[in-house]
Amino acid sequence: MNPAIEIRDVWFGYDGPAILENVSLTVDQGEFLGIVGPNGSGKTTLLKLMLGLLEPGQGRVRVLGRAPSEARQAIGYVPQFAGFRRDFPISVQETVLLGRLGLAPAVGGYSKADREAAEWAMSEVEVIEFRKRPLSALSGGELQRVLIARALASEPQLLLLDEPTANIDLRVEKDIFDLLKQLNTRTTVVVVSHDIGFISRYVTRVACLNRTLVCHTTAEITGEVIAQLYGRPVRMVRHVAPAQGDRGP
Amino acid sequence: MSEFLDALLAHGFLQNALIAAILAGVGCGVVGTFVVVKRIGYLAGGIAHTVLGGMGVAYYMGADPRIGAAFAAIVAAMLIGWISLRWKQHEDIVIGALWATGMAIGIVFISRTPGYNVDLMSYLFGNILLVSPSDLVVMAGLDAVVIALVALFYKQLVAVCFDEEFARVRGVRVDAIYLLLLCMVAVTVVSLIQVVGLILVIALFTLPAAIAGQYVASVGAMILVACGLGAVFGVSGLALSYATNLPSGATIILLAGIVYLISLALTRLAYRRIVRCQGR
Repeated sequence: MNPAIEIRDVWFGYDGPAILENVSLTVDQGEFLGIVGPNGSGKTTLLKLMLGLLEPGQGRVRVLGRAPSEARQAIGYVPQFAGFRRDFPISVQETVLLGRLGLAPAVGGYSKADREAAEWAMSEVEVIEFRKRPLSALSGGELQRVLIARALASEPQLLLLDEPTANIDLRVEKDIFDLLKQLNTRTTVVVVSHDIGFISRYVTRVACLNRTLVCHTTAEITGEVIAQLYGRPVRMVRHVAPAQGDRGP
Repeated sequence: MSEFLDALLAHGFLQNALIAAILAGVGCGVVGTFVVVKRIGYLAGGIAHTVLGGMGVAYYMGADPRIGAAFAAIVAAMLIGWISLRWKQHEDIVIGALWATGMAIGIVFISRTPGYNVDLMSYLFGNILLVSPSDLVVMAGLDAVVIALVALFYKQLVAVCFDEEFARVRGVRVDAIYLLLLCMVAVTVVSLIQVVGLILVIALFTLPAAIAGQYVASVGAMILVACGLGAVFGVSGLALSYATNLPSGATIILLAGIVYLISLALTRLAYRRIVRCQGR
């Protein structure tokens, strides 16, 4: 079986100093990988390389054994919040249907299979009851679920999420990660986050990025690793989640 | 008003003008909705104004100015689209330069054309009363092309306007759809020159769609409402200009502008009332 993602010796920079240096990373199918790092560490850039939206300056990126641009159809992508305007005139259902592009007929409307897949995706993330609502009427957490439904509508083998919980409160953040954990039973999940303490309780492995891959571990993230990652000691708050059982210190 | 209806029955040119107003409203409603939701009003303005260059050159060479307009509009759309896709950060400056240069070329060529001097004002501000039956056929044909394209590629157009990056990941040919949209803008501009002229056309693109956007929550509904509003503004502006003996293009635009402002005030007021009620 091909690894879900294979990144080898990748360098990247936007006409300037390197943003990513010598990054190598393999993600096996079925993994739940968290990519963490400070702002400007190249997390989003790495994700865009996986999507084939950017080409590496040096090195190689393979997704599901193919070039990223060819594997895109099998990737469900959840971009950061800021990618579009909140007041765009579009309903929840229509937004989720956009996830069917590439599978839907090239011209004209959506097929019955597209509508069913969108319906399934909306019930999967529990947004089906407000399918008719405009996007502008949703809360941050609801909108994030809709974006995950849009990614799921193509029934992807690989789910890539960029800061899915950046603008929502902690309680909703936990709901979203519980949902991702559940989706991980069927798909490979890669999630980019700045919230290192929170994420490490859900993922099977963490990749710490700061221009290059600083660490790469399945173990608990320690203060030492964080200091190495951020270049200085960082005060870390351990969240205690009763539902998850005791994994505290 | 009844005076206008009597005149309408008596004069063929008024009937032509009425049909032109409706066709213009429909074309603008369809394309203008995408211009508004994609926020490319400035690009559309650039395409519209560059058209004068093509018209001037065609006029100087003794060709049909409409052919020159169509040619210039498509070239401007492709050029502006290419600039916008490649050099996003310089977009406004380059479009501004193209906008003014196109008009300057048009004026230079028109001034150098020997003999009877063309009525430049009618290119710039339109004259709906001079629409000929052949103009109507062209307008209807162009409307049909635009409607067919939107029907075929509605999904992709919405995807590109809403979230370009996601559309790209889903395999939509974003650049091609974007250029298609700009070409639809170009085609509609050409069909509207006779009705409101190339300076006022941008208002007919944006105002009906912007009003529609205040009340509906889907691109499809926006298109339908904007088409209806555009046709209503065209017809009532025409009647008003007939009754008051004012220039037709300017009257249509003023009417649309006033309704837009009233609608904006009403929706703001309603929004404030909702907020106040919730506050209690």
